[in-house]
Amino acid sequence: MPSLGADIETGTLVQWLVKPGDRINRGDIIAVVETEKGAIEIEVFQSGTVQSFAVQEGDKVPVGATLALIATDGETPAPPVREPVPVVPAPSSLRPAAALPTAPAPAAPPAAPAAKPASAAATAHLRISPLAMRVALELGIDPATVKGTGPGGAITRFDVEAAAKGKAAAAPPPPPPIATPSPTPTPAAKEIRPAMMAADKQAAMRRAIAAAMARSKREIPHYYLGTQIDMSRAIAWLREENLRRSINDRLLYSAMLLKSVALTLREFPELNGFWVDGAFKPGDGIHVGVAISLRLGGLVAPAIHDADKKSLSEIMVSLRGLVKRVRAGVLRSSEIADATITVTSLGEQGIESVFGVIYPPQVALVGFGKIVERPWAEGGMIGARPIIMASLSGDHRASDGHRGGLFLAALDRLLQNPEKL
Amino acid sequence: MSAQEQTRPQTIHTTYREAMREAIRDALIRDPRVFLMGEDVGRYGGCFAVSKGLLEEFGPERIRDTPLSESAFVGAGIGAAMGGMRPIVEIMTVNFSLLALDQIVNNAATILHMSGGQFNIPLVIRMTTGAGRQLAAQHSHSLEGWYAHIPGIKVLAPATLEDARGMLWTALEDPDPVLIFEHGSLYNMEGELAADAGAVDIEHAAIRRPGSDLSLITYGGTLGKAMQAALELAAAGIDAEVLDLRTLRPLDNDAIVDSVTRTHRAVIIDEGWRSGSISAEISARIMEGTFYELDAPVQRVCSAEAPMPYPKHLEEAALPQVSVIVETARALVGKRD
Repeated sequence: MPSLGADIETGTLVQWLVKPGDRINRGDIIAVVETEKGAIEIEVFQSGTVQSFAVQEGDKVPVGATLALIATDGETPAPPVREPVPVVPAPSSLRPAAALPTAPAPAAPPAAPAAKPASAAATAHLRISPLAMRVALELGIDPATVKGTGPGGAITRFDVEAAAKGKAAAAPPPPPPIATPSPTPTPAAKEIRPAMMAADKQAAMRRAIAAAMARSKREIPHYYLGTQIDMSRAIAWLREENLRRSINDRLLYSAMLLKSVALTLREFPELNGFWVDGAFKPGDGIHVGVAISLRLGGLVAPAIHDADKKSLSEIMVSLRGLVKRVRAGVLRSSEIADATITVTSLGEQGIESVFGVIYPPQVALVGFGKIVERPWAEGGMIGARPIIMASLSGDHRASDGHRGGLFLAALDRLLQNPEKL
Repeated sequence: MSAQEQTRPQTIHTTYREAMREAIRDALIRDPRVFLMGEDVGRYGGCFAVSKGLLEEFGPERIRDTPLSESAFVGAGIGAAMGGMRPIVEIMTVNFSLLALDQIVNNAATILHMSGGQFNIPLVIRMTTGAGRQLAAQHSHSLEGWYAHIPGIKVLAPATLEDARGMLWTALEDPDPVLIFEHGSLYNMEGELAADAGAVDIEHAAIRRPGSDLSLITYGGTLGKAMQAALELAAAGIDAEVLDLRTLRPLDNDAIVDSVTRTHRAVIIDEGWRSGSISAEISARIMEGTFYELDAPVQRVCSAEAPMPYPKHLEEAALPQVSVIVETARALVGKRD
């Protein structure tokens, strides 16, 4: 289970997108994991052949746990993994099989036919009346085990109550699922218990943000700097540039801001990276996290990778993709985990300046307000200019205000020469 | 039952038609502002013989034959009501009432609102509705659900002798327009009615038969069919409740929700067409109010979506029938063996 960002310690494997025996390449998306931050697509970093799964769909496992064995090219398949995977107990009682903490994950032989987990049965909806569902929950009956006699074979209250009577009458409880060969949750049971309800998700995300922000303010000695930047040249250049582009390819000024931050960071490596174990660790590239707010509240800050090396067009494409995937609730593991700095723009909300809270373990956060027209003196003349307030929240353990100030000044210089972007 | 009979020993054997006539007579006697107006209500005694004998008893000033113009005489009724009278306007059938739709919907229903509360319209409009007598598509439709859509009017559907006798006076007492829909097949319905039967409330639905397995929700001309279906279901071991809505606007929401909350299943029986009907409204309210109590999807038994046929066998095929209600209810309850 890859790192899924600060303060996310576990993830629930919702779906395998490959099966044992499949050929996979570096960068392929092989699984979907559910976290407090929404569904995240897991990428693979080796090419090879999927040998076996160590974690089944529905299991909640800690970051760092083995998810699957992959035979890399030229390697002979190792014997199936036998070590037990520490499965975190799930809170629901509806999935006894998957929730057992000590259940070893048996590996299917590599040549086994696709044990397709999301089979037709899993996608078919359980026909159960609202009343019967409620009664089933009250009586602790798994509706998937009840035979329906209602309209179209639907499960009714009568059926659930009959099942409850039958269960009470049966002498010993069924053997514990540990004895069964495959502790996979029954598809129907899975169907009626979504990985995380929307309200729970909201609450979980709120908790994740709370934990990260509290940790930031507890541990990080912030310093804050702000400066006004004249955007007239940048905007004039952008207008010219957009005239040459088709509507779909046009640039937003936010792409310019992201690119200029990324380029400026090349000269200020102490702002780009992480504070871990009492020391600064520079980022392995300039991956700019973009704070994106969610419609139902909360936010995430997935990364645009190597933003300094991307063209404005590429940044624009990345930005669009990120916003789309954030809103859809599907992010890639690398995007969520490895931003080396965060940029937040609250200009859309109409505010002029923002001094943000650093997202640990990052060491800096750059904020932009909205572009406002203001009187501006330059060369002895006063004119109306579009002005943006750029701010820097810095981790004083990793950098000092002097360097932070130079960073903002360099950012300003770059934005006065937009053609360099 | 016997105790109940002891408390009201005096009953008379009567019909729905006579109960309705008695209600009109009573109103004419009690309130000098009341008069009856409509096509053939006087000399002919009413198209369905409801007002037979009233012209002789009350004279042409209070039993007024009108020209064949629904728009004109309903409009006259609105004017009389505004002027302080308490008119009862009879329209021959709901099909013909469409000629007076402008007066009913655009005037009667809105004047209180549009005059800033200055003018109430204490008007009662009676009309027949429904099929079953081979009167074909000119006279047989059930459009009361349309009127139930309109704010500013009340819509009543008396289905019993008590309601035929008692709803009119309460409607006349109401300061605003009230429409009374009399199902044509009910006029000959016979039964016992308390000799002292009088005004009844028009705000509440009535449980005509309590039951625990499902609710048959209906009104007007299909109440008898629902009662018959409940009897047959009881023989099959299914205990059906029959809820008579009585008033279609405003609907007695609590009664509907209470009944379905107890029985967890509902079949709505409505002689109107299914699409965009009062049965659709009731179904929606059940969903809104009792979703987590439902043990099966709400079902509806309505008329075939075609103009009402004239031939007897086709008319029967088009209308909700007891056998269909029973089948629908049995499918809903499921196998119980």
